[in-house]
Amino acid sequence: MKSFLKYSNLQLKIGLILLIIIFTIGFIFPLFRGSHADEWNTYPKYLKPGIEHIFGTNALGQDIFWLLAKSIRSSLIIGLIVAFFATIIGVFLGMLAGLQGGYVDRIISLVMDTFIVVPSLPILILIASLLKGQTSVLAMAAVLILFSWSWPARQVRSMALSLRERDFIDTACFSGESKLKILIKEFLPFILSWSAANFINTILSAIRMESTLAVIGMSNNSLATLGTMIYWALQYQAMLQGKWLWIGVPVIATIVIFGALFMTLSGAQKYNATKRGQLA
Amino acid sequence: MTEYLLNVENLSKSFQFGGIFMGSKIMAVDNVSLRLPKDNPCITSIVGESGSGKTTLARMILGLLDPTFGEISLDGRKLKGFGKKEFYRLVQPIFQNPFSTFSARNKVDTYLYETARNIAGCKSAALADEAVGRALDSVGLGLNQVKGKYPNQFSGGELQRISIARALIPSPKLIIADEPVAMVDASMRMNIVNLFKRLRDEYKVSFIYVTHDLSTAYYVSDYIATMYRGNVIEYGNAKLVLGNPAHPYTKLLLDSIPKVGQRWSKDVVLPDIESKEYASESCRFAPRCPHATEQCRQSMPGLAEIEENHLVLCYKYHTEKNCPSM
Amino acid sequence: MLKLSNVSARYNVFDYYVNVINNVSFTVNENEIFGIAGESGCGKSTLLKVMYDFIEYPFEITSGSVELESAGANGEINKYKNGEIRNRRWREISYVPQGAMHVLNPVTKIGAQFYDTVSRHNKSVNKKELNDRIVAYLKELELPPEVMKSYPHQLSGGMKQRVMIALATFQNPALMLADEPTTALDVVVQRGILGMLSRVQKRINNSIVIVSHDLGVHYQITDRMGIMYAGEMVEIGPTDELFTNPRHPYTKMLINALPRIGDISQKEGISGTPPSLRSPPPGCRFASRCMYASELCKKLPPCKYYISGTHQASCHLLKGLYPKLQPEEAIPRD
Repeated sequence: MKSFLKYSNLQLKIGLILLIIIFTIGFIFPLFRGSHADEWNTYPKYLKPGIEHIFGTNALGQDIFWLLAKSIRSSLIIGLIVAFFATIIGVFLGMLAGLQGGYVDRIISLVMDTFIVVPSLPILILIASLLKGQTSVLAMAAVLILFSWSWPARQVRSMALSLRERDFIDTACFSGESKLKILIKEFLPFILSWSAANFINTILSAIRMESTLAVIGMSNNSLATLGTMIYWALQYQAMLQGKWLWIGVPVIATIVIFGALFMTLSGAQKYNATKRGQLA
Repeated sequence: MTEYLLNVENLSKSFQFGGIFMGSKIMAVDNVSLRLPKDNPCITSIVGESGSGKTTLARMILGLLDPTFGEISLDGRKLKGFGKKEFYRLVQPIFQNPFSTFSARNKVDTYLYETARNIAGCKSAALADEAVGRALDSVGLGLNQVKGKYPNQFSGGELQRISIARALIPSPKLIIADEPVAMVDASMRMNIVNLFKRLRDEYKVSFIYVTHDLSTAYYVSDYIATMYRGNVIEYGNAKLVLGNPAHPYTKLLLDSIPKVGQRWSKDVVLPDIESKEYASESCRFAPRCPHATEQCRQSMPGLAEIEENHLVLCYKYHTEKNCPSM
Repeated sequence: MLKLSNVSARYNVFDYYVNVINNVSFTVNENEIFGIAGESGCGKSTLLKVMYDFIEYPFEITSGSVELESAGANGEINKYKNGEIRNRRWREISYVPQGAMHVLNPVTKIGAQFYDTVSRHNKSVNKKELNDRIVAYLKELELPPEVMKSYPHQLSGGMKQRVMIALATFQNPALMLADEPTTALDVVVQRGILGMLSRVQKRINNSIVIVSHDLGVHYQITDRMGIMYAGEMVEIGPTDELFTNPRHPYTKMLINALPRIGDISQKEGISGTPPSLRSPPPGCRFASRCMYASELCKKLPPCKYYISGTHQASCHLLKGLYPKLQPEEAIPRD
């Protein structure tokens, strides 16, 4: 703890505090109440903010605060699932392509580059409109994973290509290490540290893609996510009606999540650099 | 027919740069032949400037690079016929940069123990400890000095000695050292080079010592081969070659060592842009050679034997009897 | 020309200091090649940084001063202290760093890079004329004309280093600092480059400071030399005298560790390692590896002794044999 305080910087501290707040609201609060926060007509409509309902209620009869808590949870779960699987698939395919070379590399690179170049949003809209709003959280996540694995795969492939040439890989070979062992003990430590940073970025991009789809109505609107919250607020013209809390709260929450994750990431990188003595 | 420990026959390696149409081809190693005697451990130095092809040659012998042409045989068997572990039991490398020889993220002893378990066949932890301890001992380090530490906790000289210890664990017959002292302090170099001599005598290991530093090469080698732009231009017993250098480039190398007590008298002609030199069909040294003739600029000479254990690639020494291939 | 007086410098690492340079004083005279020798980690590269005014936090000078003196255009003498020297870079003082060949931009042709650097100091000259001058200069230094149109990866290490030296000397700087200019190059190219440096020096009569761990290089082209150990200058003097009559035990051991052709007597390296500069020993810094070390050596740092008018060394063993050098005296010009 002492060394943490010594090397950390303001960014990291703020980021972590915000993250803790978000996770508390998203995961801990709903344990007390709010498991049915997304059900319509639980409460009277358009109640003003008060002690009972901190942010008031919306046109669907939902308590905005507990709806927010559940939405944060859903969005974060989607983000985490997508980031987890996309990173695993990306790292595996990237290493396979980089280390194996030859035809395997060419085929994987072709697929990888196609997914990177093809704009994801139009395709996602297409897929979403085919599914006609029947999707569950997992289905949404699966679709998003499809478009998130290619970037880490590309990066990992180039890392693997350069690592392959290093002397210590030859030393490991001459020490009799099996190929699998070399993969895990020599390559992975370098790749994982980059992957951790990419993991957080993927969470952000997943939440962003999901929110974008939801806001334009392409997602499953009965799911409570930040995107769908904004969608319903727009449907009921919350801005025109002056219901600032309803539309404002999910937007601000999204911005805060983005900010918190980003600050934590860059703060962590700065922390590592300071620890290694590279910064004043 | 005597078997050789290492028999390199007409080895060539070419690299293609650029595309199929506009690219250029570089013969990094051109028709090199080398032999190491079987029962007589010796240190053979391969000396040449950067770009001479010595590292490419070393990597081909180590099996890290595939030759374009030619054969490498170990103990009478072709290199391709060896299984990986069998090969590693016979040949081990020492690389130039001790800090990149080991991954900065792993403890140094992991590589030592892996070698002991996988190649030296140590079945138990105790046996592995013993083997690693013995190897470290022979390079002048203690097991407890090394165990549990990361590469950045050692100096360059110490790391290089650990690298040598790792190469010794499977009791190989041949160790190939690629510029092992280039990145080590001047004061440490002699310690490591002396170590090679001792290992040759006590552990009966043969060395191929690739370097551009002629002074350490002279000090330590039994045989010496000088390379220039992919050709072995002079080869033989170290004392003969260095005491009586025949090829003009060897003479130039010897003369250019900054000696204390004697200042350089003449200026040298420095090499031109590399791509031009590699593409020529003539003797590659001709543009810089004070003795070059038209014949030198037209075609490549063959290897001539000017005395026993002393071969040279130069038209100056061609006579009817000593150059059978011409 | 360039005078360092009692310079001490250190690196500021969070909660401790690393005293990389300790009380170094010497002068580089006009029209000479001065060598700084020592093993890696002794502080010679850092010393060059001090001379080039490359001082940025966490690196700081704790005491002493650096003074650069140069003749101006009208014959007047300009003096610059540390802090001002940085404004005179590439004009009166230039620097060729270690591994300079890696400094070249890999995606631009050499000619363009040369022009880019040089045009900043010659704003009034038009492009064609400047390019002609560059080509003529490269020819004078015996670099093949194709170099201008090549990319760095097409040139060998030696060629790149020669380009860097051409770049550093184009403006005819009065003082040039070269950090390990020929390490990682083979002997023949090294000889060529050192020859080139020597010719350049004779042509424009400037001063060059060469840092190298290779004593052979120093023997071949330097006029005067300084031996550094653990951040201190332990011996300074004319090169010839240092090689024939070394007075400091470290200098003696360095010279003995050199293998020479024709000499296959058993050579010994120097055992042990330099002391930690984070907490340097109270006495002489070489005491732990010195075979003549006494109790006094371990407790008290030695002072400097005159061996001759131009040769000085710091060692307790010289006490009584030679007169002491007072701190304010610098080495007189020879």
